[in-house]
Amino acid sequence: MIARPALDLEAIRADFPILNRTVNGHPLVYFDNAATTQKPQAVIDALSNYYQSTNANIHRGLHTLAEEATAAYEGVRHKVGALINAPDPRSVIFTRNTTESLNLLAYSWTQRLRPGDEILLTMMEHHSNLVPWQLLAQRSGARLVFLDVNEAGELDLAQAKERIGPRTKVVAVVQMSNVLGTINPIADLAQLAHRAGAVCIVDGAQSVPHLPVDVQTLDVDFLAFSSHKMLGPTGVGVLYGRRELLEEMGPFLSGGEMISAVTPETATWAALPHKFEAGTPNIADVIAFGAALDYLQTLGLEALRAHAVELTAYAMVRMHELEGLTIYGPSAPERRGSVVSFNYWDIHAHDISTIVDQRGVALRAGHHCAQPLMRTLGVPATARVSFYLYNTPGEVDLFIDALQEAAAIFGHRDGA
Amino acid sequence: MANREGEHPVHFDELYRELILDHYRSPRNQGDLAKATAAAEGMNPSCGDELRLGIRIADDIVEDVRFVGQGCSISQASSSMMTEQIRGRSLDAVGAIADKIQQMLTVDGFDVDADAVDIGDLEALQGVARFPVRVKCALLAWKVLAQALAEATDREVADDTEIQTRVIQPAKR
Repeated sequence: MIARPALDLEAIRADFPILNRTVNGHPLVYFDNAATTQKPQAVIDALSNYYQSTNANIHRGLHTLAEEATAAYEGVRHKVGALINAPDPRSVIFTRNTTESLNLLAYSWTQRLRPGDEILLTMMEHHSNLVPWQLLAQRSGARLVFLDVNEAGELDLAQAKERIGPRTKVVAVVQMSNVLGTINPIADLAQLAHRAGAVCIVDGAQSVPHLPVDVQTLDVDFLAFSSHKMLGPTGVGVLYGRRELLEEMGPFLSGGEMISAVTPETATWAALPHKFEAGTPNIADVIAFGAALDYLQTLGLEALRAHAVELTAYAMVRMHELEGLTIYGPSAPERRGSVVSFNYWDIHAHDISTIVDQRGVALRAGHHCAQPLMRTLGVPATARVSFYLYNTPGEVDLFIDALQEAAAIFGHRDGA
Repeated sequence: MANREGEHPVHFDELYRELILDHYRSPRNQGDLAKATAAAEGMNPSCGDELRLGIRIADDIVEDVRFVGQGCSISQASSSMMTEQIRGRSLDAVGAIADKIQQMLTVDGFDVDADAVDIGDLEALQGVARFPVRVKCALLAWKVLAQALAEATDREVADDTEIQTRVIQPAKR
């Protein structure tokens, strides 16, 4: 038995209309939250309300609608700043997604790196925090250096001390692995980076939705994350940057909205944050993201985290009861996020996914956009369940039943 | 499409037929083929399934064929059954089998029995058609085969948005 959850799960579930649907004749068990989360009615309403009553282009218009839309859009910038404790809301840039935020950085860093400089990454990066740096290395002649992932699925700080040195200019690290769930020691890595004179860039796509993340306490220079993994709409990403650094950086995309004055030959840039928000932004989705942030803040990220640890612990206990099942990543639930990757007997992850889907269970199967990590683990693919605030122990039980059916189909009858 | 909300649930014995599981557990004709005359490899980048195929053709007959692959039960069983079915056959016969498999997997309401071409164990793949997201798993082997045989048969390999294939140097030994 697990302790009574601090969140009122029944009330929370009632806020998410999609949880009422069935899949293949079974109630939906949505365990693919690390890919994207479902949306509460408040977010869906904010989106349609905006188009029904406020729609206007922002920052330029002098009429009432433009003023209201601008205030709503900029209000969300303040909410995002408050969420991550940014010292200044002008340090919060809206992008399309985490990938675009990281590309913005990698592009802007082109002029700053020289041949022989080093970019430090880890072997557990999502492709979105790997490929942009590969391209930057090719453009600049800088070299990629990697921190290994040990048997426990964690980084080794002693190795980080050895590998972060005077040549290191960029340390770009994921805070919470989308495969292993590992929570990396960001504050320590940021300190090592700064001692070496490097900047510390954090991929917060998985961590910001699940943990209280404070950019000042962690002392990181940049933090990237996405709205859609934390109840908000797709198409909105965030890049937080230390203000001095953002001031020094040149623009990424250029055109309307990001200029100060333009002549036929030249242009000067708008002040932060607009310098990095060229063109009409995703106004409606940013505003609806604000409703998602309100929803999360009302419940409290501490309570969310407690629920995630409890549910992950329960899932891991139930999964460990199954013969033939291997879980990857840290063994202690409090040291990891609510992502559990596994393999089961000789059943390929895609077959597991197809079978449990017939029972209404949505999980992820494949390389999870982390092919180098898959090679480290020595597996071509894993299946992955990932939880969020509306998931329940009862759903974990349904998932375990579905797994046992998979075992039976593949002839492992004693798996049950 | 059958496996959608509100319709009759799909039974797994249609997808995971005993023959498929048997080929998955004990794949036939695995390994690199010595003295292959044609070879190709392919993958489904979205899911990571991989396949390398070596074929020895003499006088328009597939003398031998072997594969090395990794992936789900459907992709591996399809590869294994394919090698059994095409070995010893003429290139024309192989082409007819490949066409029938393509139709069986992708044409709605295709009647396997009404078509005279004998596909042997491969009939077990019929149920895959009812799982649209898994069709590409079964087709990987056949796309790689088409790529390997493109030169010998003078047939163009149709572009595929999901499966990537390329001709490779046959293993020398």
